[in-house]
Amino acid sequence: MKTIEFILNGELVRVDDPLNTRLLDILRNRFKLVGTKEGCGEGECGACSVLIDHKVVNSCMVPLANVCGKTVMTIEGYRKTTRYNLLEEAFMNQGAVQCGFCTPGMIMATESLLHSNPHPSVEEIKIGLSGNLCRCTGYQMIIKAVLEASEKGAGLW
Amino acid sequence: MVKHCIPSNYKEALVKLNEEPYQLVAGGTDLMVQHRLWGGVPVDLMNHVLFLANLSELKSIQKQGKCLRIGAMMSLQDILNHPDTSSLLKKAIGEMASPGIRHIATLAGNIGNASPAGDGLVPLLLYDAFVVLESIDGTREVRIQDYIIGPRQTIRKQNELIREIVVPLKDFTNETFVKVGGRKADAISKVSFAGAARIEEGILKDIRFAFGAVYKTVVRSKEVEESLIGRTISELQTAIPTIKKKMDALIHPIDDQRSNKKYRRLVALNLLETFLKDLSL
Repeated sequence: MKTIEFILNGELVRVDDPLNTRLLDILRNRFKLVGTKEGCGEGECGACSVLIDHKVVNSCMVPLANVCGKTVMTIEGYRKTTRYNLLEEAFMNQGAVQCGFCTPGMIMATESLLHSNPHPSVEEIKIGLSGNLCRCTGYQMIIKAVLEASEKGAGLW
Repeated sequence: MVKHCIPSNYKEALVKLNEEPYQLVAGGTDLMVQHRLWGGVPVDLMNHVLFLANLSELKSIQKQGKCLRIGAMMSLQDILNHPDTSSLLKKAIGEMASPGIRHIATLAGNIGNASPAGDGLVPLLLYDAFVVLESIDGTREVRIQDYIIGPRQTIRKQNELIREIVVPLKDFTNETFVKVGGRKADAISKVSFAGAARIEEGILKDIRFAFGAVYKTVVRSKEVEESLIGRTISELQTAIPTIKKKMDALIHPIDDQRSNKKYRRLVALNLLETFLKDLSL
């Protein structure tokens, strides 16, 4: 069986699971990185969002084969960064977290958005987070949190 | 034993594909969902599989003369961000899925998957776009209209790969893409519509329109379109009821979990009417 190598949260890892295993299952079962959630399992909710080469993707749709040689970051790796601290604070200030199930995915989608567009408009934030469902907050607080982070974090992204 | 291969280069992919049939996987965003079982269990792709997403040879996009040539492994987001991508194609791709899917899904996959509700297919047919298919025997060009023959059915030969998508660009003065779905992002279309025209001094020089999700393949009628070229905009306005009637006869929507025939038919024809009326503005 082919061994797949990729960078996971900054460290080189080798996995020899079947190539058609979902990245989501590799993260949760092989590496016990359970911050990445399975919601719908079909790309509609974004709870499984992670970064591949710094772009948000739904890990439930990615076969292990496709991360060969890539850089993958989950919420567990991201939380060690200054940007994460700023996002955490903004999400808390704005009341953008209730049950918390969607939050890791929201945070990863926000990082991907701010990485490509450090000062997004409200409309751009809505597009950036359009693949992430939240059934608690009604989204307004999340949008405000992203705005707050992009303002306070000027220069960080 | 089912084989799962990651070819290290494009040539190797073609050689393998010539030896035996493989299920082709690009971004995986359709197949990984269609064949999933349950959490923790690898998806059941059933056949030998070639994972193509990392083939760097197929990751280019370039404008060559009046054509946009899109490498098969370019992600939707890469196409969306590219300065040479036409505004109509951008509008359609921007309505597809969500960032987390656009970063990995490909337009070639949208073609290969051949869903009647594939949003990318509607503008591609409008442009008379074609695919370049390659096997170890050589290449051939096939219009996407001819390539997809039904739901999940294409005329790809066992040893062929889509190498690139070629979009002959046009200077339209008016263009629109509308997707009707249950949600702004990540919805599978109930109906989709693309329309484009070139109007010079009140005369129609070019007009095209196509519908998605109202038949087994995208619906476009060159006969109806050609009958309108050369007409004035006010003549076009008078002809709207006739055009709607002709297109009504060509669409055959179905009832499914997302919508029903009656709604799809009504909305599709209303979108056409709106597009035609807006040409007089």
